[in-house]
Amino acid sequence: MSIHAPLLCVDAVSLSFGGLKALSGVTFDVAPNSITAVIGPNGAGKTSLFNCISGFYTPQQGAIRFAGEDITKTHPPHRAKIGLARTFQNIALFRGMTVLDNIKLGRHAHMRTNLLDALLYWGRAQKEEVELRAEIEERVIDFLEINHIRNQPVASLAYGLRKRVELARALAMRPKILMLDEPVAGMNREETEDMARFILDVKEEWGVTILMVEHDMGMVMDISDHVVVLNFGTVIARGLPGEVTQNPDVIRAYLGGTDVEALQRRIQGREAA
Amino acid sequence: MRIGTLKETYAADEALFDTRTQRIWLALFFLGLVLFPFTVGEYWLYIACLVAIHVISTTGLNILTGFTGLVSLGQAAFMGVGAYTVAVLEARLGTPTLLNILVAGFVTAGVGALVGLPSLRVKGLYLAMATIAASFILHFIFANWNSVTHGVSGINVPPAEVLGFEMARPVQLYWLIVPFAIVMVLAASNLFRTRIGRAFIAIRDRDISAEVLGIPLLRYKLMSFALSSFYAGVAGGLWAYFFRVVTPESFPFVYSIFFLAAVIVGGMGTILGGILGAVFMTLVPEVLKLAVGVLSPVLPDAVAILSPVRTIVFGALIVGFLVFEPHGLAEIWRRTRRFFHLWPFKT
Repeated sequence: MSIHAPLLCVDAVSLSFGGLKALSGVTFDVAPNSITAVIGPNGAGKTSLFNCISGFYTPQQGAIRFAGEDITKTHPPHRAKIGLARTFQNIALFRGMTVLDNIKLGRHAHMRTNLLDALLYWGRAQKEEVELRAEIEERVIDFLEINHIRNQPVASLAYGLRKRVELARALAMRPKILMLDEPVAGMNREETEDMARFILDVKEEWGVTILMVEHDMGMVMDISDHVVVLNFGTVIARGLPGEVTQNPDVIRAYLGGTDVEALQRRIQGREAA
Repeated sequence: MRIGTLKETYAADEALFDTRTQRIWLALFFLGLVLFPFTVGEYWLYIACLVAIHVISTTGLNILTGFTGLVSLGQAAFMGVGAYTVAVLEARLGTPTLLNILVAGFVTAGVGALVGLPSLRVKGLYLAMATIAASFILHFIFANWNSVTHGVSGINVPPAEVLGFEMARPVQLYWLIVPFAIVMVLAASNLFRTRIGRAFIAIRDRDISAEVLGIPLLRYKLMSFALSSFYAGVAGGLWAYFFRVVTPESFPFVYSIFFLAAVIVGGMGTILGGILGAVFMTLVPEVLKLAVGVLSPVLPDAVAILSPVRTIVFGALIVGFLVFEPHGLAEIWRRTRRFFHLWPFKT
C-alpha cells in the first residue's frame, strides 16, 4: 500500500433502483500509481459502481472523492476534465468515425477551439489541431501499436483492436485515473497478454492509476496491486491478490463452497472465472 | 492511377484538400462558376441561384441531422424566419443587404436554439414531431402577426443592394448568392476538422460515451440547432432577395421534407452529400420538365400526359436511392473517384 493519500476514495456508497439494492456501503481507496481490480460474480454491482464513479448514477448515500474533491454529484463532462477516463464493457466507440478521429475526441475537454475558430479553421483552431495530431501520433498511436489502422473506420475493425482503440481514446484524455470495464473480456490468450502489457506500461510509463473490473482471474492476479471483491453490492474482501484468494468468503462467493484448493487451481490454470 | 501521397507534416495531412489533383479540379470548378453567368441564359442562372440557396439550407440541415443525428422537419420554417427578418428589416429600417442577411442568420439561430431545447430529452421520431410542431407554430405566427408580417398578403422586398450595385435579376444575384454558398460550405467542412464537429458526430454515434469524454450534451445539441438554423436563416434571407415577396405560403411544410430528402439522397453526414443532394433535388424536376418540353412536338398531348408522370418519376428516383444507395450520391462519387485512383489495376 502506498504512503500517499489515496487518489480516489469510495466512501460508504449505496445505490438502489427502487427496491433493488445495487450497492450498499461500498468503501475502498485507490492508491496513486497502482492497479486496483474490482472482481465479483455477475450481478455483484461492479458496473453500477463504475457508473457511480463516472457519473451516470448518483448514489443515494455516501461520497466519491477524487484527488481530494468531492465529485459525487458532478456531471460526467466535469469528471472528464479533472482527469477521470473510462472504457466500456461493450465497446462504446463512435462507429461512423475513423480510428484517428475517435482518439482525437479523447482530448475534447482539454481543447479551446470555439465555434467561430472552428468555422474559419484559422489561428488557434489550426494550431491546436496540428498539435493534437502530433501528440496523438507520437504518444498514443505509437505506444499502442495501432499505426496501421489509424485511417480505418472503427466499424471495420476486429474486436481486439477495437478494445485497443478505446484504450487509446481514454489515454488521449491524459487521465489521472483510468477505469477499465472488462478490458480483456472476449479476447484470446495473445490479445489478453498484449492488453495486460499495455495496462502495465500505462501505469509505469504514464504514471496513470488504474481501476479495473475484470473476470479474467489470471490477469487480475498477475498485474493488480490491490483487489476489491464485491458480492451482492457489498465489499466482501479487499487486499493483496494473494490474500484475497485465501479468503473463505471470496471462495464461497465464487464457488459456492469452501474449497480453497479448487479456487487456487482455477487461478493457476488461468481459466476465466 | 495514384500510388500514394507523400506528406511531410501533420498540417499537410490535416488539410482539407490534400492532393494536387484535388486542388487543380477545385480551381477548374471555381473557374467554371465564374464563367457560368457569361455562357448561359437567364433561366439557367435562375436555377443556379435556387440551387445555391438550397445548398446552403441543405448543408445546414445536414449539420443537424446528418452529423449530429437530430432529425428536424423545421428547416423550411427556419428559412421563413430568415426571410421575414430580411423583409421586415428592409421594410422598416432599410438597413444594408449584407447586414440584413447576417441578422437573419443570427435571429434564426436564436429561434433554432429555442426549438432545440426538447432535444436533450427526446430523440428520433419524437424530436421530429417536436420540430414539426415548432414549424406549425412559426407558420401560424407568419400568418397571424399582422402588424409585423402583414398576414397572408406578405411583404414585398426591394432588390438587394451591395456596394451600390442593385441586384434584381438572377444574373446579378448570382454574384451574391453563390459566394455565400461557397463560404458557408467551406466553413461547414472546416467545422468537421475540429473538436466541435467531432463532438457533433460523437453525439450522433453514441451520446453516453460522448458525455464521458467531456462533451456537455445539451450545449452541443443546442449549438448544432443554432448553427443549422443560422444556415437556414441566411438561405431564407437570400431567398427573400431572390423572390422579392415573402408570404406565409412561401415556406410550406413540404419544403422541409424537400430538405430532409436532399440530405438523405445526397448522403447523410458528408458535406459533399449536402451539396449533391441539393443539386439533385433542385435539378431533377427541371430536367424532367425539359424532357417533357422536348417530347411535346412528338407527342401532341405530352404536357397533359407527362406532367403527372414527372412527379412519379421524381418520387421513384428518391425511393430508388433509399433502396439501392442508402449512403447517397456522395458514396457514388467516392466509388467513382476510387475507380480512377486504382485504374487500371482494379476495376
